This record gives sequence, C-alpha cells and structure tokens, in this order.
Amino acid sequence: MPLFHARVQVSLRPSVLDPAGEATRAAAGRLGVEGVRRLRIGKAIEVELEAPDPATARAQLELLSDRLLANPVIEDWSLDVREAG
Amino acid sequence: MTIGIVVFPGSNCDRDVQWALEGCLERPTRFLWHEERDLTGLDAVVLPGGFSYGDYLRCGAIARFAPVLEEVRQFAAGGGPVLGICNGFQVLTEMGLLPGALTRNRDLHFLCEPAPLEVQPGACRWLQNYGAGEHITLPIAHGEGRYQVEPEELRRLEAEGCVVLRYAANPNGSVGDVAGLSNPEGNVLGLMPHPERACDPQTGGIDGLRLLAAAMG
Repeated sequence: MPLFHARVQVSLRPSVLDPAGEATRAAAGRLGVEGVRRLRIGKAIEVELEAPDPATARAQLELLSDRLLANPVIEDWSLDVREAG
Repeated sequence: MTIGIVVFPGSNCDRDVQWALEGCLERPTRFLWHEERDLTGLDAVVLPGGFSYGDYLRCGAIARFAPVLEEVRQFAAGGGPVLGICNGFQVLTEMGLLPGALTRNRDLHFLCEPAPLEVQPGACRWLQNYGAGEHITLPIAHGEGRYQVEPEELRRLEAEGCVVLRYAANPNGSVGDVAGLSNPEGNVLGLMPHPERACDPQTGGIDGLRLLAAAMG
C-alpha cells in the first residue's frame, strides 16, 4: 500500500487570544529583536499514513485534522500531503 | 443509588470527589476506569479534574475517545446527570456535550486560589440547591481555564440560561466571565472551579457541598 507523508499545520484562530505567543514576542524584544509585531504559536504535526490512493489519503488526513489534531472551535488547520518514494 | 467517578490515566481529583461524596455526604460511589462500558446502577457520573492522558495535544482531546465516554454520552442523552470538573469540563467541551473550549489562562499563570462566583441555576439540576444570584466561593486550580467561544454563540448561551456560574472577579480571561456552563436540558454541568475541594469544613468553605449533594436529586 502506498505511503503518504503529511504535515498538518494547526494555528489558533485569529479571534483567539494567544498569551503564550504574546509572552514569546516580549522575549524577542529582550533578545534585541525589536521588529516583531505579531507572533502566534501553533503546532506542526507530521504524519505517515498508508492508503490505497491519494484521494483516500487526503480524505483520511482531513478527518484526522478536523476531528482530532485540531479543535475547530479555537483552531484552524491546513494540510500538506505528498506520496513517499 | 451510586455515583460513578470516571478515572482516566492522569486523573488526580478522582479520590477528592470520592471523599466529598462518601466522606462528607455519605453517598456511595464507584470508580469507572476509562476502558469500562458498564454504567448500570449509576444515578450520576462525575468526570473529575486532573491531566487526562497527560493533556497531550489539547486538554481533554485524547480522553474524548475513551470507551467509557461513549457510554457517558448515551447516559447524558437519556437525561442522566453528568458533572465535569476542571479537566472534566475540558473533556465535555472536546466531546461536544458542551460548546466552546478551554484555553490557556490570559496571564499564563497556573491559578490556584479561591474564586468568588455568582450562581444562576436556571434549569441546571446540579445547582438546584442554590438561589438565583447567590454568591459562593469555590477553589480554582488550572492553567487552561479561559473559556472561549465566538461572541454570537456566547449571546445564545446567555439567552438560553446556560451560563450558570460566573466569576465575580474574572481570574483567567474567560469570555463572559464564564466559570461553568450547563446544557439547556440542565443535566450536564461543566465548571472549572472544584466543588469537591469545598465540602469539608476542615479544609475551608463548604460552598461545594450542595452542588455534589444534587447528584442524587
């Protein structure tokens, strides 16, 4: 069965406060990097998945992203899939 | 007449809930391991606080798939009383039994302190022993308790009387000062404060006693 590599990017929805991102932005200033106007922390999740074809792989990964890896109440997600090999 | 207390790997308030119910209220309890599916004979189910599955991914995200929660979902759908405390509240939102999500506290601190609250019991059976507008104090202990929901959804929840517990002095940045939320039917309550830690006069206030006493109707 073909193997697919996927990278799921999970980010907080723009309306959701990101206090950890704000604290990190403040630390950037203390490092001497003054120009950081916005910093939001998300997650990148790497997945290897076996599936019979690319369409099935994408459908499975979309289900995974929407129902487990991200919580659509507070997070957006995007998906990058490529077939291994 | 027994109250089930769900135990996930990483739950840490399960024994506190047991003490409050058995020690303070003389109500029998039964621990429900996360893989259990038998809820027969239970009059209410409590999802206790803690760090289920290490809070991996998001608080409550992995717990949502525990076999016992499939049964709890059916129990709640049949009108059975379900109480989610702290991590239990996070689990209830991840399950979709209550709307919204609990996110990182506004000031990033883990907050462990008494929280003054205002109660609006409405149809919530867990709060039937409190008066409308009554002020009580319960301890909070959480790092991710900031309730988040879109503004229009919050207005809907307020209009339906689902916002049953509010912080009198919002400690964590929750929208609408939400500390606890009921479903419209009133049998499911999720709250960040810990009523089970306010039941024994030897450890402070007993404002949580009447909440847990409501487990048996």
